[in-house]
Amino acid sequence: MNAVLINLLYIISSILFIFGIKMLGSADTARRGNRLSAVGMLMAVVATLLYLGLDWWMVAGGIALGSIIGIVAAYRVQMTAMPEMVALFNGFGGLASLLVGAAEYIKLRDNGMDSYLKLLEAQSGVTVPGWFVLVAIGLTILIGGITFTGSVVAYAKLAGQISGKPTLFAGQKLINLLMMAASLVGIGLLTAGVDSEVAFISGVVLVILSLVLGVLMTIPIGGGDMPVVISLLNSLSGIAASMAGFIILNNVLVVAGCLVGASGIILSLIMCKSMNRTIGNVLFSGFGATVQAAGEVKGEMKASSTEDAYYVLEAAQSVVFIPGYGMAVAQAQHAVKELAELLEANGAEIRFAIHPVAGRMPGHMNVLLAEADVPYEQLFEMDQVNPVMSTVDVAIVIGANDVVNPAALNDPGSPIYGMPIINAHEAKTVYCLKRGKGTGFSGLENALFFGENTRMLYGDAKATVSALVAEFGK
Amino acid sequence: MELAPLLLLLFAFTLSIFLGFELIAKVPSQLHTPLMSGSNAISGITIVGALLALNIGESPLAKWLGFASVVLATINVVGGYIVTDRMLAMFKKKGGPKL
Repeated sequence: MNAVLINLLYIISSILFIFGIKMLGSADTARRGNRLSAVGMLMAVVATLLYLGLDWWMVAGGIALGSIIGIVAAYRVQMTAMPEMVALFNGFGGLASLLVGAAEYIKLRDNGMDSYLKLLEAQSGVTVPGWFVLVAIGLTILIGGITFTGSVVAYAKLAGQISGKPTLFAGQKLINLLMMAASLVGIGLLTAGVDSEVAFISGVVLVILSLVLGVLMTIPIGGGDMPVVISLLNSLSGIAASMAGFIILNNVLVVAGCLVGASGIILSLIMCKSMNRTIGNVLFSGFGATVQAAGEVKGEMKASSTEDAYYVLEAAQSVVFIPGYGMAVAQAQHAVKELAELLEANGAEIRFAIHPVAGRMPGHMNVLLAEADVPYEQLFEMDQVNPVMSTVDVAIVIGANDVVNPAALNDPGSPIYGMPIINAHEAKTVYCLKRGKGTGFSGLENALFFGENTRMLYGDAKATVSALVAEFGK
Repeated sequence: MELAPLLLLLFAFTLSIFLGFELIAKVPSQLHTPLMSGSNAISGITIVGALLALNIGESPLAKWLGFASVVLATINVVGGYIVTDRMLAMFKKKGGPKL
């Protein structure tokens, strides 16, 4: 029977997703894992087409159009812009789930509850009460809508189209809470009956509320915390897909969506842990919005030139590069790799110290340095590099800020107090590459920049590194 | 009303939560980005729901909503898998035994 075959294929594709995620967690198998999960997806789509009775022109047209847009976007995006691209894709997934909810609701109104449930039973073999379908529709719309606008805000913050600073206003949390409560009431009203006008209006209001909520929940979160937010939104889009699965009683949707939902939450928690903060603190504190009151930073920033830096580097026996988001923005990874090679040829020991939350996505720096062909053996995690930091001659901080701010260690008044950092300040000399004198994404002054042994190299990171490379060529 | 099949679905849902938690427990941080992007592609599974909205005989409004959903979900799926593959290809390129 057709339905049996379809469900068997769904089971196989669920297994492929599970293996895919498992294999993505290990370096040797990650690429195969991703392809395996793509095969699973293809299988799920083919199985769904076996239901027949679909409008083939729209199916073919929709898949073709979506594939073209997806392929072009995925191949044209720069490696440095990967975080915002993932955020945008994620938003599309959320909006797709919202539209599934809306389409099913329209079907329900068109057909009437009884014949809709019969159709559903014929398709899935599962009988459910009407209120169950309506609650599932409500939740799909709510979560899908939040995912969509939340991801778009995250995209805009990362792409620099809106300020990365947290946007706060009085009563924000109360408003969010009230809107969330109103949304839940809206879902309740949906179950009032498919023919009722109240239910229809509350459905429309629910769509609007969910879209506004997504924006309001994301704008108070600073750009520096976007990795956690994207991971959470990813989790939400999985849960939205899972809820859509409960509308149409489709097990592959429920299982795959839920897997993504659960793994996204775990990933978010891992990231929060590496910043030594709770997830509540990330989401609700408006981190970095307030100007630092405690612990005025003393001293002054000492600017230096690339010529001076060259002489110090030329004599250095060990050099640690500490990359941050600034390296991604300036696309400086290839120039950095070139400089590292020159230093190595000059006899220095090279290390790249990578903070777990450097950049705008976890592992962001690893991806960029891998793109530039930096040998894996030169990449070190924070815990490996900190013990040897005091023996390092030169630490070069490239567009990193909070992850090297000593205030996290010794200033209890600082908002980032307690966050583990890379102890760049312990190196004998520190060069900080920075675009200007202002505070970074998080809005905090960085005590490292005022340190006795710190020299600032102002300007575009790529230009500065290239100038250093040129010095070596002289 | 026969609720056993529905309970089975809820059963699968609950087990998937635990499975998802277990799968991610030990992942090196340099793989977090591809992992996030790869699981983001999987969340495009909502394409199945979108396709099923394109039943013949439904009203044009329901079908156009479904069509828009198919397009968006396909972008999520296709784009998500390709960017993940591009990222992982860079790790592979060096040909070392690890990463």
